[in-house]
Amino acid sequence: MGMAAAEWKFHVLAVDDSLVDRKLIERLLQKSSCQVTTVDSGYKALEFLGLRQGIESNDPTALSTSPQEVEVNLIITDYCMPGMTGYDLLKKLKESSVFKNIPVVIMSSENVPARISRCLEEGAEEFFLKPVRLADLNKLKPHMMRTKLKNQKLEEIENGTEAVEPEIKGSEDMGIKILPLQSELEPKQVHLQVVKQEEETLSNNKRKSMEEGLSTDRPLPRLEGGIATAV
Amino acid sequence: MDALVAQLQMQYRNYTVSLYQQGFLDDQFTELKKLQDDASPDFVAEVLSLFFEDCVKLIGNMARALDQTGTVDFSQVGASVHQLKGSSSSVGAKRVKGLCITFKEYCEANNYEGCVRCLQQVDIEFKALQTKLQDMFNLEKQIIQAGGKVPQVDIN
Repeated sequence: MGMAAAEWKFHVLAVDDSLVDRKLIERLLQKSSCQVTTVDSGYKALEFLGLRQGIESNDPTALSTSPQEVEVNLIITDYCMPGMTGYDLLKKLKESSVFKNIPVVIMSSENVPARISRCLEEGAEEFFLKPVRLADLNKLKPHMMRTKLKNQKLEEIENGTEAVEPEIKGSEDMGIKILPLQSELEPKQVHLQVVKQEEETLSNNKRKSMEEGLSTDRPLPRLEGGIATAV
Repeated sequence: MDALVAQLQMQYRNYTVSLYQQGFLDDQFTELKKLQDDASPDFVAEVLSLFFEDCVKLIGNMARALDQTGTVDFSQVGASVHQLKGSSSSVGAKRVKGLCITFKEYCEANNYEGCVRCLQQVDIEFKALQTKLQDMFNLEKQIIQAGGKVPQVDIN
């Protein structure tokens, strides 16, 4: 059957030293149906990620003691920040075996082509000119979907429940919906849904529910001329 | 009551349009309004409030940096101007942003008089915007209190 649509709430970590811009990016992301955490520096961003990761690497099957621990699906950061710039943060993330797969987006108020290409070369997925708008955030959905699906895939491989069909099909097949902009949904509700979902996912129930979800989607072997062919 | 609501709504429309026409606001302000909804009904007022606090803080920094007896650190002034330019751009405060661009040039040219002039103008300008927006928010309140809805104003 697949999971309910609620769990596809992407968690974005937003980094900006400007309070005004933090408020803005937070609202933009909430309006795009994301869960948001904002921090005011690259150091705090790494700290936030590191805290989470510390729990996972010690005991991957342990229940998280803090329900606030949620996986980060995307990092969006300002370029110009005191101390650690957005570029410095990007480098640190890409150098890390643990974090390098989280998509990173850079924002800047200045349109400097050399800066833009340097960031993209270093592995940034997108470069947004400020002020960032709702339309810009729509570009992020494919990146976030990719991360979610990839993580799911890794789980399947680990559990040996990998689908026969190696190709990740279109979203309809797996009961995944690309979320449209949801203005009806209260941000609080969103957070509770994610927290609830994450409590489940961090427990063994996740594997079970995923197995259940996948088994119904796994293509059945076809019988052709008496010979069963796995599709 | 309907006649009052209609009158207030018209007043509100005209006032809002004039703010754009006079260059106080640009389309980024329109973008802010798009982000306001039932989940976040005071978003615009909240962001603008943070912006004005930013103005006070940054203008204070600039004034202190320019008030040095001896050599002025123009890069320090410029850093605060850069931040103010950023936040004014983010909220659609068009005049303030325009002034910051000029101000930044004076900083880069180490032009003391130019910087002092810009500082004074930026101070006047953000306060003028604050007053204008307060009037606009008050009109919104009056419309709601009279039982009406705040109309979406089309700028163009």
